[in-house]
Order: sequence, then C-alpha cells, then structure tokens
Amino acid sequence: MSGSVEEVKQHIAVYMKVAGALFVLTILTVAVSYLPTAVPLAVVIALIIATTKGSLVASFFMHLIGERKAICWTLLLTTVFWVFLMFLPLLGHVDSIGVPKTLPNANAPAEAEAH
Amino acid sequence: MEIPYTVAERPDTGLNNVKLGIWLFLASEVMLFGGLFSTYVLLRVGATEWPVGSTLLNVPIGAFNTAVLIASSVTMVMAYASLKLDDFSKYKTYMGVTILLSLTFLAVKSYEYWEKIATDHLPSHSTFLAIYWTMTALHGLHIIGGVVVNSYFWGPGSAMWRTKPEQFVNRIEAAGLYWHFVDLVWIFLFPVLYLL
Repeated sequence: MSGSVEEVKQHIAVYMKVAGALFVLTILTVAVSYLPTAVPLAVVIALIIATTKGSLVASFFMHLIGERKAICWTLLLTTVFWVFLMFLPLLGHVDSIGVPKTLPNANAPAEAEAH
Repeated sequence: MEIPYTVAERPDTGLNNVKLGIWLFLASEVMLFGGLFSTYVLLRVGATEWPVGSTLLNVPIGAFNTAVLIASSVTMVMAYASLKLDDFSKYKTYMGVTILLSLTFLAVKSYEYWEKIATDHLPSHSTFLAIYWTMTALHGLHIIGGVVVNSYFWGPGSAMWRTKPEQFVNRIEAAGLYWHFVDLVWIFLFPVLYLL
C-alpha cells in the first residue's frame, strides 16, 4: 500500500467492498450446498466460490495487486509446485508398478501340451 | 549490530527483508497445507464410501466461524491502514478487535471439538474424521500462533511505534499477511470439510 492519506482512504473503501463480497460469497457457499446437485458438480461450484474468495483476500487484503515482481515470481513458482502436489494422488492411481500382470496367452503352450 | 533492510528496500529485490521473509515463509506454508489437501484428495478418491461433511459436522457453526475469521481479516487490514494514517489509537482498537475475533474463533472451534469428543467422533473413528482433525487442528495451531504475535504487537511490541514507526508498520504488515493467509486456508477448509 502506498503512503499518501488520500490513497490509504481509497484503499479502505476497497477493503469494505471486498469484505461485503466475502460475506455474501460465504452465504452463497452454504446456500449452494443445500441444492440437490451431484457431488462432482457440488465440488466444482464450492471450489469456484472458494477460489474467488481466496483471490479477493490475496489480491486486496494481502496487496498482491501491484506487488513487486520478486513476490509474484516466488508465488508463481510455489503455485507450480502446489499444482504438482495436488496431482500426486492421480499419479498414485495410474501407477501400476508392483501390480502383477498376466499375458493373455501366457499359459497357451502348457495347455497345448496337456491336450 | 543493526539488521539491514528492515525498512529500506534491498536494491536487488526491491523489497525490504521483512516482506521478502514473510512471503517466503508463506510459500512454505502453502506447501504444508497443500500436502494435506493432496492427502485429502488421495484418501477421498481411494475410499469406497465417504460421508458428506454436513452429516457429521455442524455447518451453521462452521459458517459462523468463517464469518468471524473474515471479519478478523478486515479488522487486521484496518489496523495496518490506521498506522498508515498515523492514527495509533485506532490501530490499537482494530488490533484488539482482531485478537478478540481470533479468540472467538478458537472458542467456537473448541466447542466443536468438545462436541466431537463427547460423541466419540475421534480421529480413530473414520478416515474422514482423521483428516478433519488433522487439518483443522493444524489450522487452529496457526490461529494460536497468530494470536500470540498479534497480542505482542498490540501490547509490549507496540512501544516500537514511538521509536521506529516505519519498522513497526512493516512488522504489522508482515503479521497481517500471515493472518490473511490463515483466513485464506480456512476459506478452502470450510467447504471441503463441512459441505462436500
């Protein structure tokens, strides 16, 4: 936040608007959860609202809008690692190391000899 | 020896060390909570059945605590703005209200925990409750840490305003950034645990 009195007062006005938006979005989050929606859709809606709220907090209360490049690059790098971290469970699910596999015709010669 | 760049900006980063330090700390915190959210996804995707949070947790209480934490973020940023406006008495008021709201959050959370313990909904009860207790307790510890730091800056630490006002403002900005981060984490925890 920059220093002049007028600028600080302008910031305060923005804080109040952001606060109002955060309270409204909180009510919306709870209200939407009572709608009879399928779980995947409910997850998407809840995460969209939460991300909007989080962006408002980070942008205005944490002053990320207009912050120095060093901070923005640090956070961008963190975000890259965070996304990777969130996809680790997915990698765990597609990982087949250690799972025994049987070839379709693995026992074919043995069966042929038996007959 | 005086610590360098507590007020002046470093020529290489364009930031003072206070701000750079708190942002690097918050980046590590993102990974800490990110690891737990990742664990939540892994457990939920791998579970044969998963309860809807609202069947086990009290949604109105969780929503109330969300509002309390948002309000505390507003008063925290107002405390910082008051210092920027050179109004120390308003700073004390806003910081005091922030601490009270934080204690309210902790009191409500304690009631929720007490309710869970009384009904035997302990971490050993189910995977959902295990991750619920882990994530909310870690978040609660962060709230306690914030209360300790903010109480120091409201009480004895505020004496710095008379001797080094610019450095004090930077400290409050750093404390505020931490507090908003704690609020931000709850903004995601609430729907993930209580509503989905």
